[in-house]
Amino acid sequence: MIEKALHGSRKYWIWLAFLGVFILIGFLCYLHQWKIGLGVTGMSRDVSWGFYIANFTFLVGVAAGAVMIVLPYYWHNYKVYGKITVLGEFLAIAAVMMCLLFIFVDLGQPMRAMNVLRYPTPHSVFFFDACVLNGYLLLNLICGWTVLHSYYKGTKYPSWLKPIIYIAILWAPSIHIVTAFIYQGLPGREFWLTAIMAPRFLASAFCAGPAFIIVAALLLKKVANFDPGKQAIDSLAKTVAYAFIANLLMFFFEVFTAFYSNIPGHKAPLKYLFVGLNGHSEWVPFMWAGAIMAAIAIILLVIPKTRKNEATLTIACICVFFACWIDKGIGLLVGGYTPTPFDTITPYVPTLPEIGIVLGVWAVGFFVLTILYKIFLGVYRSKELVVKYNGVLYKK
Amino acid sequence: MAIKRRDFLKFGGLTLLGTAVSSVVNEVLSGEVKAEEYEPSPKQLVGKHWGIAIEVKKCKEAQSKCGFKCIEVCNYLHNIPQIPDKKKEIKWIWHDEFEHAFPEQGTNEYLNEYFKGVPFILLCNHCEHPPCVRVCPTRATFKREDGIVMMDYHRCIGCRFCMAACPYGARSFNWYDPRRFLKKVNPEYPTRTKGVVEKCMLCYERLADGKIPACVEACPVKALHFGDLNDPNSEINKVIKGRMVIRRKEELGTGPSILYIVD
Repeated sequence: MIEKALHGSRKYWIWLAFLGVFILIGFLCYLHQWKIGLGVTGMSRDVSWGFYIANFTFLVGVAAGAVMIVLPYYWHNYKVYGKITVLGEFLAIAAVMMCLLFIFVDLGQPMRAMNVLRYPTPHSVFFFDACVLNGYLLLNLICGWTVLHSYYKGTKYPSWLKPIIYIAILWAPSIHIVTAFIYQGLPGREFWLTAIMAPRFLASAFCAGPAFIIVAALLLKKVANFDPGKQAIDSLAKTVAYAFIANLLMFFFEVFTAFYSNIPGHKAPLKYLFVGLNGHSEWVPFMWAGAIMAAIAIILLVIPKTRKNEATLTIACICVFFACWIDKGIGLLVGGYTPTPFDTITPYVPTLPEIGIVLGVWAVGFFVLTILYKIFLGVYRSKELVVKYNGVLYKK
Repeated sequence: MAIKRRDFLKFGGLTLLGTAVSSVVNEVLSGEVKAEEYEPSPKQLVGKHWGIAIEVKKCKEAQSKCGFKCIEVCNYLHNIPQIPDKKKEIKWIWHDEFEHAFPEQGTNEYLNEYFKGVPFILLCNHCEHPPCVRVCPTRATFKREDGIVMMDYHRCIGCRFCMAACPYGARSFNWYDPRRFLKKVNPEYPTRTKGVVEKCMLCYERLADGKIPACVEACPVKALHFGDLNDPNSEINKVIKGRMVIRRKEELGTGPSILYIVD
């Protein structure tokens, strides 16, 4: 099936070349970081994680979001999702690859990465995270590829795949719960030390992932004549709506706890992010941009007319994606490190090489996604019966 | 007949799986390998729970003549690089004001006034229940039997999870190659490479030689006291008896071994 990705239109190759440019820039920036050290980033002794881990955290959610399509289809026979389950699984593959890449570029000694497997440490959440992420990648590769290949061959997927699919469905929330546990088990960081971290992660995963798939499916409809089906998009949009409402609600629960209890340590990170603290307000515009996007998204998603209209739905989904990216990405990281354990503020802003590497990794993810989706489209096209009769195109 | 591609791939996959499984089984069966060929030096200081007690008032009184010898000596002996960018600095031992050393009391203006001008020497607390050890994915940081929280620079992958976990900001990361920033190198202690985390290790190398930690020894007014907190007859237990002792962020349950005598 890989040969389906080797033939494409001019636009396809131009898009891949465009991504290739960013991959090259990212690679060159990484060489610079490799030579000099992580000092080229904006991270500091007081803010030891930054943009890389922020993107990793957000993308674990996107990867887990595929379960919102796979679960109804395989567990509840929701045939409507039949055409897009593979889209979800392929997104999970690309997202997990980006996660692993983001961890790799964040490591101080990446050549020693295998130490995590050589010296397994069950009491470390990172060890579990490495295991579940790689496991999820493997599961989705097997499931997505096999299902597509079976469709390509014109049969139903083999029976040995069913237990693997079930495991993948159970595994999806676990990757995000484990990632949430990285944060919520740390005693020194008040912004992260909350039980609601895992539910918040799950909620944003279940809206950001499907939101991306909606936009991708609508895009494929436009550029590649692939129709996912109006009902599939409708159902998925409802999923995004409810998950995003849950996400926003839980964020407001955090705000309530912080400000009604009036505990300074609880209020401080939220103040820093949204109104500034002690003269530092580096991230305030960014967080409010996210808040505005969240407001736009919630309005467009809740009103049925705008949710059903493809143009407004696309806007809403893009807003959901970016709002979750800000909230579960850099907002989460910077909030956790501010104030420092000494009750001071050390601002963090990513540097240019850091941004270059981040763009490079995103480009790698989109590159992999494009190839996988091209294969998917190629298989679907080859199964269609197309007849041109008297100049009119008939498609079955 | 030539082997079919599918069969070859199946065979290859099984071999890979078998190799992985066998190495895991081997690791599990052999268990933790302790360095049995290593015999501790007869001079080695032996203890169950090393700790340091700091008399903050004595430290304040010595301010005019001291110049923080404890910090200076540690920096020299352990090849700690002096990095001009404060954000990327590396410090194993330093001093700060009360409201930064004990931020949970930071809003208490009465205590802030009481401790005005009193320097608090800060270093790794060598906690009894260290969160950094709990989170390290490779056990590059680990707790020794005598209570010291150690670092293995060769195993550290530089993930900085320990830095996120430490509630005291005691750990530093080598953002650059530290060797460029060393003016005078002490050849008796290893220098580090970029990409690893480091912190105070309670001078384990001196303890092996029968000496007390350098900072304790360097203090001109003997404001720092070292000893085995588990030994009722140790010097440190004699010093803290009947005194008011506080520890940083007590509510987190980490059990710090650095005690501050504040009366």
